[in-house]
Amino acid sequence: MDLSVSIGSLRIPNPLIAASGCFGYGVEYADAVDLSSLGGVAVKGLFLAAREGHAPPRIVETPSGMLNAIGLQGIGVHRFIEEKLPELRERKAIVFVNICGTTIDEYVELARILSDAEGVHAIELNISCPNIKEGGITFGCSLPGTHAVVSAVRRVTPLPLIPKLTPNVTDVASFARAAEDAGADAVSLVNTFLAMAIDVETRRPRLTNIVGGLSGPAIRPIAVRMVYECRQAVKLPIIGMGGIATAEDVLEFMIAGATAVQVGTANFVDPFIWTKLLDGLQSYMHRHSIERLSDLTGAIDTTKRHKAWISS
Amino acid sequence: MPVDIDAAVIGNTRLSEDYSVLALAAPEIATAARPGQFVMLKTSRGMDPLLRRPFSIFEVLRHSDGSPRGITILNKRIGTGTGLLYEMEAGARVQCLGPLGVPFEPAEAPAHAWMVAGGVGLAPFVTLAEALIARGTPLTLFYGARRAVDLHCADIFERLEVPIVFSTEDGSRGSRGFITVPLEARLSALTSSGKSSDDVRLYVCGPTPMMRAVADVAARHSRRCDVSLEQVMGCGMGGCYSCVVPARDATGAPHHTRSCIDGPVFDASRIVWDALAH
Repeated sequence: MDLSVSIGSLRIPNPLIAASGCFGYGVEYADAVDLSSLGGVAVKGLFLAAREGHAPPRIVETPSGMLNAIGLQGIGVHRFIEEKLPELRERKAIVFVNICGTTIDEYVELARILSDAEGVHAIELNISCPNIKEGGITFGCSLPGTHAVVSAVRRVTPLPLIPKLTPNVTDVASFARAAEDAGADAVSLVNTFLAMAIDVETRRPRLTNIVGGLSGPAIRPIAVRMVYECRQAVKLPIIGMGGIATAEDVLEFMIAGATAVQVGTANFVDPFIWTKLLDGLQSYMHRHSIERLSDLTGAIDTTKRHKAWISS
Repeated sequence: MPVDIDAAVIGNTRLSEDYSVLALAAPEIATAARPGQFVMLKTSRGMDPLLRRPFSIFEVLRHSDGSPRGITILNKRIGTGTGLLYEMEAGARVQCLGPLGVPFEPAEAPAHAWMVAGGVGLAPFVTLAEALIARGTPLTLFYGARRAVDLHCADIFERLEVPIVFSTEDGSRGSRGFITVPLEARLSALTSSGKSSDDVRLYVCGPTPMMRAVADVAARHSRRCDVSLEQVMGCGMGGCYSCVVPARDATGAPHHTRSCIDGPVFDASRIVWDALAH
């Protein structure tokens, strides 16, 4: 059985990637999880400089999901390369570095620095974090902005370039198209849904940042729909995510059109989820006599639906 | 390295309408656990609640031959997840991930160890007391709560022959007021006696304002003080960055620091209390 999939020029052993912001810098999990057994590790979003992020409370639980407003706390790209990347190399992790900027120049500078660093396999362009005003969301919510930042970074890096799209737009497929036109190798979606929760006793917002991003199984059907819509709109590989917690969820995203997936919130609940997902994928392939998992991408069958029963 | 165990509930002893001691069969975690470490418990089998909850390892349970059998946690019903744990009966199963976090460093004799607990903050001190006793370190428990009926599980320490100083806010047991009052009196007596052999190291767990007050007392008397901090925690593994506390690094610069992997035990002098306890 072949579980490998390709994201542009990058071939990964299976479609399971740890989602950015949900797996630290990967090294936190290195003793518990064989990092080389994953399809990849998308590390926590990095700016050029270190950032402290928002004051707590940074998360709050909601029905079958959670809100977060961490505020992209991070050690900055230079410390990442010095302190974290060597261990990720040693552990043979496939490293997706998620980068964040406030200007196009910052994204370009980050991509340049990372393209020269040994052990970086792909760049995920964070233009979708809902929790910081000055961040790339301004690019991610504008079609010309998305096109401009993707093409500028494209010019300076040979690494697979994967803009991460926000679901907080009217038509996410048009953003996938803008990314494709600008030379992206793939797109990843969805980032979290802008949301909020209020303590009615105190009338205070439950997050210090007032609003945050909703993730977890609660958002999965919306994310699946968005992956499906993007699949119709672009030829690029799609990395799907949003509430994946079981092998069935992985398969659902793939059948909707994803080439690979990312798992985030479910990793918080179960850090040992990866082998369970892999086992589930293999058992499905066995049951359905599927030799290559990648054959499932976009394999949704919309033909066997009822014709209209009653014409209006 | 932490392990995740589908632990059977051995028993669930209700101490009051809010508190219970939940016993879980988790020999691997019981074997590896060190004082002050915690576990992440999945309080439901499904998606609600979705995230696990952190709990100090309260006691290590042993078979009659001394081999580790499991752990208990001291649960206080405050929300949905802790409510589900309170209701759990023997035979139920709970996903239990651990042991996690930086443990307490037990003081070595001739130093004395003074453990200061506020309410459910008693939880990390049974295992610490056992480690201190095993080392021959003299120890005392300072245990404060709102009322006498809220002073649960003191009998465990009485069985271990640990001297206990009580305080309650309503004066129904021990001295009236906060635990810092008898603590400061003892420290002052010790400081004025000036005997260097009577060094004391403090360990604190309880509500944040109480920990801050104890940290202030410790600083005034130049005593080492370790606090066990608890924040809203998403994963317990360092993945989510939700459980940060304001802590100074080696250069004195404050940073949002993860209490799951850089804590929960911190040297109190590292904590920026003005930020944490505002």
